[in-house]
Amino acid sequence: MNALKTFNRYLLWFANEHVDFRLAEIQAILELYKIKAKWLEKPSPKPYWLVELPNENDAIQIASRSVTMRYIIELWGGATSMEDLHTELKSMPESKILQYCEEHLSFKVKVECYGNSQTAAEKVEKIDTFNYLPLKGKVKLKNPDVTFNLIEYWGMEPNNLPSKPYNVFFGRLIAHGQRDLITELSLKTRKFIGNTSMNSQLSLIMANQAKVQPGDLVFDPFVGSGSLLVAAAYYGAYVLGSDIDYLMLHGKTKQSRKQTRDKPRVDESIFENMKQYKCQNRYVDVVVADAALPPWRSSLVLDAIITDMPYGIRESAETIGSTKIQDGKHVVPENEIHIPSKIEYDFSKMLEDLFKFSLTHLKVGGRLVTWLPVLLCDYDPNELPMHRCLNLVSNCEQKLSTFTSRRLLTYEKIKEPELHEVGAFTVSYGAAFREKFYRHAQKLQKERAENRHNNREIVLSLSEP
Amino acid sequence: MKLLTHNMLSSKCLKGVVTGYPLTIIAKDVKVSEVDFNQEFVSRVLPKLDWNVLWKAAERLGHVGELPQTLIENYENDPEFLKKVHHVLLEVEVINGELVCPETGRKFPITSGIPNMLLNDDEV
Ligand SMILES: C[S@@+](CC[C@H](N)C(=O)[O-])C[C@H]1O[C@@H](n2cnc3c(N)ncnc32)[C@H](O)[C@@H]1O
Repeated sequence: MNALKTFNRYLLWFANEHVDFRLAEIQAILELYKIKAKWLEKPSPKPYWLVELPNENDAIQIASRSVTMRYIIELWGGATSMEDLHTELKSMPESKILQYCEEHLSFKVKVECYGNSQTAAEKVEKIDTFNYLPLKGKVKLKNPDVTFNLIEYWGMEPNNLPSKPYNVFFGRLIAHGQRDLITELSLKTRKFIGNTSMNSQLSLIMANQAKVQPGDLVFDPFVGSGSLLVAAAYYGAYVLGSDIDYLMLHGKTKQSRKQTRDKPRVDESIFENMKQYKCQNRYVDVVVADAALPPWRSSLVLDAIITDMPYGIRESAETIGSTKIQDGKHVVPENEIHIPSKIEYDFSKMLEDLFKFSLTHLKVGGRLVTWLPVLLCDYDPNELPMHRCLNLVSNCEQKLSTFTSRRLLTYEKIKEPELHEVGAFTVSYGAAFREKFYRHAQKLQKERAENRHNNREIVLSLSEP
Repeated sequence: MKLLTHNMLSSKCLKGVVTGYPLTIIAKDVKVSEVDFNQEFVSRVLPKLDWNVLWKAAERLGHVGELPQTLIENYENDPEFLKKVHHVLLEVEVINGELVCPETGRKFPITSGIPNMLLNDDEV
């Protein structure tokens, strides 16, 4: 290996979760910071990717946004055996490594063992084999000045373990990804949530896919409790939302969590959530409005639209219409003058409206990030909504059950449509999709109930963990 | 409702309405709160605003201050000016009141700072 090039190589180490979202997230971040990355190995479901980056600052920037990545290290060596790894490290020019080995720098070596287990004694033993490194500082386990990572990769099949790891890597920790943010913004401690709030991890991933930047204006037309806007605002965007549910926006639906006393829910609103995370300066407004009839004038130009449309399992999808259906949930309080009746909002129509809205209001280069529920048996990527002005940049799957999943679609607006194109645009997404999806969900629920009845372990989860 | 939002809202989705813009503000309660100034954001949204509508709305609410009635040139490099714009866009807020469609007179209530733009089924 060319020793001079050694230090342009980095290893991205991922969390073992949302594997299908990694590439789209990292690619969006690379684009966001205009980082020229060269993959040394094609990104795969393996927990690590090897990449060449122009400089260390690029690695720091990636880590400053990624929630799928645990950390990024500057790669000092990578081999298919320990012996080769040692040979590689021993041949490294001292001039490159001495600066990290100085006496005043405390350090630790962290051993990661993917796909196998190790005892503390084994760890120490492994670390000891690196005693030729000219490390002069003191060992410090908590917050050392320099962290070195030794990574053993034992493959993805724990039931079919090789006799030794497939790959071993050694490097210097550059930065941690944003896994801590998942906890910091967790729904568990959020003031105002609804029963379809998106968890913080996926919300952050969505904001990354949308390439949200400080000073952007980001909109969610199905804002609910505002969970997607929390992530966008956290990354510096100004946020705007709308929802058809008056009670939701006014924090008057069922309270977020059980409380011991009948305290008034003074702090349950999207604005209060923004305050909780010190983003209140970037809260613009939320408006009660039907996504089928957006009240915005065309000069509203958005940098991104991130949303999660209702798909009829845990919440209703409705639009203002002429079929009178009594729906207690949406009755507007006395001081409101009008109580519109609502009809079911067909999923295709909802997608179509969302696309039309995006064609009209997204800036060129702006992104639409939205979920699409799919029945695994029916899914056909060729059926996804398409428009020549909206380029599908990524499509990531999250499994929901044995029959269903949802896909996070990211579109980028690449040019302005002609006026007539917007009106003429149609989407037909699977006939009677909602009913089928709903039926499958019910079937699954019934199955689970039976399973519970039989006292068996329930392994499937219909909704988010 | 902030005046930035007001500048972007219309009643064009009402049956028979052509532009539905600007909506007239009838304010019962107006609140002014402090919001951090972000020069970049203000200069980015400014070109998309209808200046005249912003100015009139601010004046109507009694918060126009020293904001000039016509938009000045080269505002990008004028932080003092942009701060005034910031104030009317993001710091002045209608808490309770109404928005009135200029063509039909239809009123949209604003409650606890949130405009309700929902229509009745016979209005679409
Ligand atoms: C999946 S939830 C979104 C949850 C949201 N991401 C959150 O953080 O709470 C879908 C939302 O769409 C709203 N909705 C349903 N039909 C709508 C319509 N026609 N226009 C606007 N919002 C609608 C529902 O009230 C619900 O809040």
